Amino acid sequence: MSDALFEYALRMGDNCLILGHRVSEWCGHSPALEEDIALANTALDLIGQTQLWLGLAGEIEGKGRSADDLAFLRDARAFRNLLLVERPNVDFAHTLVREVLFDVWHFHTLGALKGSSDARVSAIAEKALKEVSYHLQRSADLTIRLGDGTQESHDKMQAALNALWPYVGEMFLQDEVDAELADSGVGPALGVVKPLWDGDMRRLLDQATLKWPDIAHVQKGGKAGVHTEALGFVLADMQFLQRAYPGAKW
Amino acid sequence: MSKEWPLWEVFIRGQHGLSHRHVGSLHAPDAAMAVHHARDVYTRRNEGVSIWVVEAKHITASAPGEKGPLFEPSNSKVYRHPTFYDIPEEVGHM
Repeated sequence: MSDALFEYALRMGDNCLILGHRVSEWCGHSPALEEDIALANTALDLIGQTQLWLGLAGEIEGKGRSADDLAFLRDARAFRNLLLVERPNVDFAHTLVREVLFDVWHFHTLGALKGSSDARVSAIAEKALKEVSYHLQRSADLTIRLGDGTQESHDKMQAALNALWPYVGEMFLQDEVDAELADSGVGPALGVVKPLWDGDMRRLLDQATLKWPDIAHVQKGGKAGVHTEALGFVLADMQFLQRAYPGAKW
Repeated sequence: MSKEWPLWEVFIRGQHGLSHRHVGSLHAPDAAMAVHHARDVYTRRNEGVSIWVVEAKHITASAPGEKGPLFEPSNSKVYRHPTFYDIPEEVGHM
């Protein structure tokens, strides 16, 4: 059980960490000042959630590794995030579509984890869910505005949706870790999130006048530590300081 | 369509405040997004429990040049301040 929960906490934490880092890359570069601050807020929320999940992982592991150790001193193969969250920002449409695909999943996953039989897990989920509800409200609103906006914004959103769609399936692939945690009531029941995600996403894409992509191919591997080359660049950027100057403090 | 988003004035009711106070302004394409932006820009440090936004063009302001006739006559009317009453201690803050 504790091995499975360690793995699960890494997955949740790494999703938040890598997406948070990606979103933070917009800081100072966003299309408008207000959007810049909103994106930085989202990134900070995600980094805050990372501290909780990786803190829990370190505690369960019991080898004295802190959340910082786990974030800055692991190599790509040891990261457990979904491939979706490591995809590059590309443009505002890609950033936004990646966010909304993840937010809907994150929202329903945390909703299920609120009822976890493990008090530490349900406490993290409850705190994170308030932040993620706002992330989803924002990303869904912008998806509708830009999807149902000008021809140019619509085309950019549809192109981003098609490009990122192969990374959706991995969110719903379940392995023995998910099964073990579902059995013990610590994790979400198997298969509970996908129908909720499908329903929300169909309504959202309808409103945004975007087409549900006809792409069955699923890119997978992140949950097992097999990543795209994109993660290496994220880690090089994120971990450089701690690797070059071990133990350096702010 | 103008490329520039219109300007909105933002009013926040603080945690302990009784009324909304003007805190600043921002740009947004419409009222709903102005509220989102206000939340993101002006309540990051737990400043508020309620947000009002109003498009800046809807505010009518007094003219700075009329300062004299508008405000100076009240300078000499000390009796308008309730400083001539003894307030019982148990009333507390008024």
